[in-house]
Amino acid sequence: MSLSTMPTTSETSEARATEPERPTTLRRLGSSFAMFRNPKSITGLVILGVFALVAILGDLIAPYGPLEKDFSALKQPPSAQHWLGTTHLGEDVFSQIIYGTRGVLVVGLVAGVLATFTAVVIGVAAGYLSGWRSESLSALTNVFLVIPGLPLIIIVASQYDDPSIVLISAVIAVTGWAWGARVLRAQTMSLRNRDFVQAAKANGERLWRIIAVEMLPNLTAIIASSFVGTVTAAVLGLTTLAFIGVIPITNLNWGTILFWAQQNGAFPDFWWWYVPAGLCIAILGTALSLVNFGIDEYVNPRLRSAGERARAMRKKGLSTASGVTAVRIAGKDGDDAAGTGRASSAGADGEGAARP
Amino acid sequence: MRFLLRRLAFYAFTAWAAITINFFLPRMMKGDPITAYLQKHQSEFNPEAIDSLRTLFGLDSDASLLQQYLDYWRLLFSGDLGRSFSKGLAPVTEVIASALPWTLGLVGVATILSFLIGTGVGAFIGWRRGSRADYVVPFATFFSTVPYFWMGLIVIAIFSTRLGWFPASHAYDKGSSPEWSWDFIGQVIAHGTLPALTIVFASLGGWVLGMRNMMITVLDEDYVTVAEAKGLAPQRVMTRYAARNAVLPQLSSFALALGFIVGGTLVMELVFSYPGVGKLLLDATNAKDWPLMQGLFLVITLAVLVANILADIAHAMLDPRTRMMES
Repeated sequence: MSLSTMPTTSETSEARATEPERPTTLRRLGSSFAMFRNPKSITGLVILGVFALVAILGDLIAPYGPLEKDFSALKQPPSAQHWLGTTHLGEDVFSQIIYGTRGVLVVGLVAGVLATFTAVVIGVAAGYLSGWRSESLSALTNVFLVIPGLPLIIIVASQYDDPSIVLISAVIAVTGWAWGARVLRAQTMSLRNRDFVQAAKANGERLWRIIAVEMLPNLTAIIASSFVGTVTAAVLGLTTLAFIGVIPITNLNWGTILFWAQQNGAFPDFWWWYVPAGLCIAILGTALSLVNFGIDEYVNPRLRSAGERARAMRKKGLSTASGVTAVRIAGKDGDDAAGTGRASSAGADGEGAARP
Repeated sequence: MRFLLRRLAFYAFTAWAAITINFFLPRMMKGDPITAYLQKHQSEFNPEAIDSLRTLFGLDSDASLLQQYLDYWRLLFSGDLGRSFSKGLAPVTEVIASALPWTLGLVGVATILSFLIGTGVGAFIGWRRGSRADYVVPFATFFSTVPYFWMGLIVIAIFSTRLGWFPASHAYDKGSSPEWSWDFIGQVIAHGTLPALTIVFASLGGWVLGMRNMMITVLDEDYVTVAEAKGLAPQRVMTRYAARNAVLPQLSSFALALGFIVGGTLVMELVFSYPGVGKLLLDATNAKDWPLMQGLFLVITLAVLVANILADIAHAMLDPRTRMMES
């Protein structure tokens, strides 16, 4: 299936390059979402969508309030009344998970947006500028990469008695932007000397226009991937902070559930109390990684074509381990030449798309 | 040589930045828990200790900021990080020194193991791409996103409480004290197995995926094609040509991921009650023991920095190009 999508993406980008007036706004918009148009990204986005719906419609879905106590049902295993059982105070674990989704997603989103914005500003500036300004921005990025984030967050968060959601997100963002900035800087530096940027410069385009119109569209995949990465890190950071009890328990999220479970001796017998929350974190993280893999395969088509080619080779009865390249196969059997030719042309197509 | 100087300048700059952040952290802090503590426990301190605490926490506001900063550096060079409130006013350096070996042993061994295993597995499934080995990928993805602490809790529940194979907490049996004897070393290994395994499994996925992707990218390079065409043994092509080049970006990300890994493993120590730096930091946080928190942050950052230098050296050893740039 990725074989069929590949030519489409390269065609649209070619069309955009040669005939700038033809593509409609809609098609242009469509092509900027091309990185999400593969099975992995779609799976990830669907899972994310489900979590987002749960977060938005939490009040409607949840059968009980998150702190609604039912003293007749303490530490009950899952049943028809309580799908995921109850806590030591008779609170419904399923409802807590649903309400907790909101806390996790809001912090993930806010931290992701803040960190990505910082990464884009600093990364693109460091890549576009040169000399000492670029060097100092890059040094700043490297310092933030080396400083361990979690201890810093713990220390800062512990200085406030009741840190707000925005503060927590901001601190997570401050420790999480550097990776994206580093990747963006590298990509911007390679874009800076491309012909189309030089041409725009020679035309006397203003700096902000060169950056916003010529460069940013070519950085979308990397920006998206660094956004997804920071959201993952923020979700893990938030739940970890909640679990160790640094952030207030009034902010209900999956980490808080685990905190209560740990504090009230849920381990190891009351599995329904601690397994679902951890699984939710892992599933959300997996969904985000899937989106990122999709973007990776879009940026680096070798990743996408490798599996396809190997499978095609095995169908013809060739060992994948020995046939690293198509060279051997073509020499082995004349009949296979057509098939290999197709496979390698797909690879060549992909390589063309690798340089957007 | 230029390369070496650049790296050295970078490390010096990062160390300076970390120490400066450490200097400003308590000065940005809301409120002033130190003065209250000092007044309450004035009799227990000697004047010298009070002076150093005032410098460390910016209470000597009659001095200029620059003077405070210089005093702070002077204290650091004399190895004075203040006194720990929650550990009976023991010097912070001593408290940290007693916890550091445990963390270095546990996190160091587990992280290196995880890197080696993950890179090996990643190289293999990258080599065998499109085969059944690809089924490892979804599992690796899932495990790389599981929070460390949750996996630790599950592992305790299964292997310690249910099966009773390993002790669930502490670094050695209660009642024994650190000594160089086989019995004690056995205890340390038994107690360290579960936390180490958890760290290895929780961080393995990232290395596997990173190495697999690099391997697939490298396998398309012309020099691999040439090696194949020359008829070299596949084993040799895989290790000497493909994996050796694929591992270089892996090493750089190892260095950069260390800060993140260290953060995750600190929480593991809480879960396993392991007497390392992470547990100390969380205890200090709960006890509002500012001098200890500040000192720990400094030590953790410098440790990550040292690990980065080691990764850099390994990179230079594997990649002749970096050495060429030096000369």
